[in-house]
This record gives sequence, C-alpha cells and structure tokens, in this order.
Amino acid sequence: MVYEAIVIGTSMGGMTALRELLKDIPQSFPAPILVVQHLSPLSDGYIVKYLDSRCNLQVKEVDEKEIASAGFVYIAPPNYHLLVGNGGSLLLSAEEKVNFARPSIDVLFETAADVYKDRLIGIVLTGANSDGSNGARYIKKKGGVLIVQNPHSAESSAMPHAAINNTYVDYILDINKIGIKLIELVGDDSWRRK
Amino acid sequence: MNKNLDVLINDNEDIEVILLIEAIWHKYGYDFKGYSKAHIKRRIKRRMVLSGCNSILDMAKRVLDEREFFESLLSDFSINVTEMFRDPEFYKVFRREVVPILRTYPFLKIWHAGCATGEEVYSMAILLKEENLYDRSQIYATDFNTHVLEKAKEGIYSIEHIREYTQNYQRAGGAASFADYYIANYQSVIFDSSLKKKIIFADHNLVTDGVFGEMQVILCRNVLIYFERDLQGRVIKLFDNSLCSGGFICLGTKETIKYTDSSDKFEEFSDTQRIYRKKFIASKD
Repeated sequence: MVYEAIVIGTSMGGMTALRELLKDIPQSFPAPILVVQHLSPLSDGYIVKYLDSRCNLQVKEVDEKEIASAGFVYIAPPNYHLLVGNGGSLLLSAEEKVNFARPSIDVLFETAADVYKDRLIGIVLTGANSDGSNGARYIKKKGGVLIVQNPHSAESSAMPHAAINNTYVDYILDINKIGIKLIELVGDDSWRRK
Repeated sequence: MNKNLDVLINDNEDIEVILLIEAIWHKYGYDFKGYSKAHIKRRIKRRMVLSGCNSILDMAKRVLDEREFFESLLSDFSINVTEMFRDPEFYKVFRREVVPILRTYPFLKIWHAGCATGEEVYSMAILLKEENLYDRSQIYATDFNTHVLEKAKEGIYSIEHIREYTQNYQRAGGAASFADYYIANYQSVIFDSSLKKKIIFADHNLVTDGVFGEMQVILCRNVLIYFERDLQGRVIKLFDNSLCSGGFICLGTKETIKYTDSSDKFEEFSDTQRIYRKKFIASKD
C-alpha cells in the first residue's frame, strides 16, 4: 500500500509527544503529516516554532487551500478546523466546535479519510478528552491504518482509550516506537513503487 | 472511446454533492457552485444525519420537493458562528492604525459583508462610538441568509457567552465598561439601541449581487475560506469596485488577497492582521 498522508490528533501533553514522534522522521519522508493539536484560540503559534526547531521536517501552520506536500508537517491554526479537500487541498473552517474543540481531530480525520481512503494513516496521541475517536473509526471504515499511543505510557490516557474503545486499532505503541513504525509502513520503498 | 477524462470523478458521493448544488441553483437561484466542495459536503452530511435521509441524492429530492428542507440546508451553508470582538487583536490594530486615517474623512461608509447574526457588527459600532466616529458613519451589514439577518437586527444574544465577550472587548482595547452597552434580561442580553442607529441590515449575496456604494472600509472576515479560489477572486474584485482609493479591506486571520487578480491594487497595511489598503492610482486622463 502506498500511504499518501498521515493525520495526527492530540490534546493535553501533545507538544512533547509530537516532538518525540517527529524527531525520528527523516526529511525524505514521502507523505505529508497533518496535525490537530488542541490549542487555546488565543495561542500565538509557539507550537510551530517549537516543533520546527526540533525535527527534520519543515513544520508550518496551515495556509488555507495550500496543497499538502511531503516534507512538511502542517499544524491546524488555533480557532479553525482543518479539513482535507480533493487533491490534498488544505481547507480551514470557522464553523461550530466539534467535541468542544476547534480545531477538532474528528473533522480532520473524517475529511482526510474521505479523500485518502485506504491510503491514510491516522494516529491518536495523548489527550484528556475523546475527540478523535469517531474520526478514528471512520478511518478504519475507509480502510486506513490506525495507530494509537499506548494509554499506559501516555501523559494523558483518555484520548487513546476513547479511540481504542471505539474501533479496531492496528497498532498500540509507546510514543518512541511510532515514528519507526511510520517509516516501516510508509518508508522510501513504497514511494518508489508508486 | 470518447471519454473526457477531465470530468471523471471517482467518488460517487462527490458527484451527488454536485447534483444537489445544481438542484438548489435551478430550483431556488442560490449559487453554491463556487463554494469549496469539502466544506459543502461536510455541511450536507451533517444535515443528512439530522434529517434521516439515506443519501445525498435523497436530500436532493427533498430539496426539490420541500422548500422548508431547502431553507434548513441554506442555513447550514452559511456558517453563522461568530462572537463579539472575535480575534481581539484585529480590533486592537484596527483601532490603533486604521481609525486615525478614518478620522480624516467627513463621512464614513462601512460595509460588513457576511455579517451572520451581527455580533461583529455591534463590536465595530462600539469601537466607532468610543473613537467618536460613529455619528459620521453609515454601516451596511449584509448576509444572504435572511434568518440570521433578522437575529442581527434584534441585537439580542444569549447571556452564556457574555463573560467571554467581555474578555474579548478588553483584549481588543475597549475603553469603557462592556456592561454599559447591553441590558441583561433573564437569559439574554439586549444591545443598546443607539448602537443600531447607523446600521442598515440588508440581504446581499456576494456570489450573485453587485456593488451598492462606495465604501471606506469593507469587513469580510471568515467568509472567503469557504469559497474556491475563482469565487474568492470575484468577491475581491467586487470589493475593489466598492472601495474608494485608500479604502480598507479587512479579512479573517487566515484569509489573503494574495492569490487573486486584484492583489496588485492593494497594499498590506498591517504586519500582523489581514488588513489591506487600496492603492491611490493617479488618474490616467
């Protein structure tokens, strides 16, 4: 399978978890990574700078309608939902909160699964609420792969538990194993076979 | 074989979305063809779950047969989520950098396009009042959704958000006590009727309606994100034609005029906010 995109959702404890996960991913990683991290609506974009200076990929806040490209980690801006449109076009929306969150993980996961179907990998990381669990189920329904951070070693276990309880999960892994699993699944080989 | 591969869409649901949009256009004259498909699809699917329809095609049939069902979908398509002094930093910058220029005009016309339920219109009215510009202003607040326009006209909002609004107001550089602008009544707050004196609420559709005056300021925040690039370009052109030289367009934090044909007619006015100023062009004759 050629995986075309990775979507990641996280909330409380997400900044550290994302850093741990992303540090293992090389610049040549052949799929774009889209991230919803729950943030305060007034957040100043610190997370982008924080992650960008600590990983090999280029980390940026999403600009509306840019096309998701390999080599980038796209962070949903505070107070906007991130949606994926046809052709990997990244869309923003200020519509009502979902699961009390904007950006919401479910919104990203569901729209990405509609576009990428079985060529999508979804990852649920640490978080203290259940956003993402419906999106995780939808990713599985569309044939994608689902990875969930091991709730026992996650800073906050509610979000991983909610995903695990809501659908079939392909891999439950400690945070330091997820990056390696991604490379194994997506690696450079699958890119060449495309 | 005589297939035109360009028109093929491999997802049946995407085709059903197009059919539904066509049905609305031909039956009711509302044009959503320039709206971003992923947004529209999400709104449609949400309504599908609420309505118990089994497919988007079923919905298209109901849209054709039942005006009320169409109206509910219409409300879904116009995203009406808003708040008082949403993005306080925008109002702060507007007050500090745009207001001094507005003072130089004897009379101000301000167009708030896509005003939804009006919270941001009243926010601007308050700001203008505090800057002593309100009496010489005329605000046009427009939306294509007549339901939300009625709400905007009333100026009555639920009390549950008032604490958040008060914080926004203070972060936006508010100069007075926010509570002076409304009266709380059970679960509602009613905004001071003097704030409405200079506001005209009107039905206007950015997709199909045209210019109706020469403005000094146009506010259109978090509307363009729901449009495809072509439609974004058409709307910015409409704004260009509706603005005096030196006039301002204020967009949402994540919106830009960068990719439209009109972009060279404007300069970026603020480093941090999406405020654009129409350039002064020397007369050619």
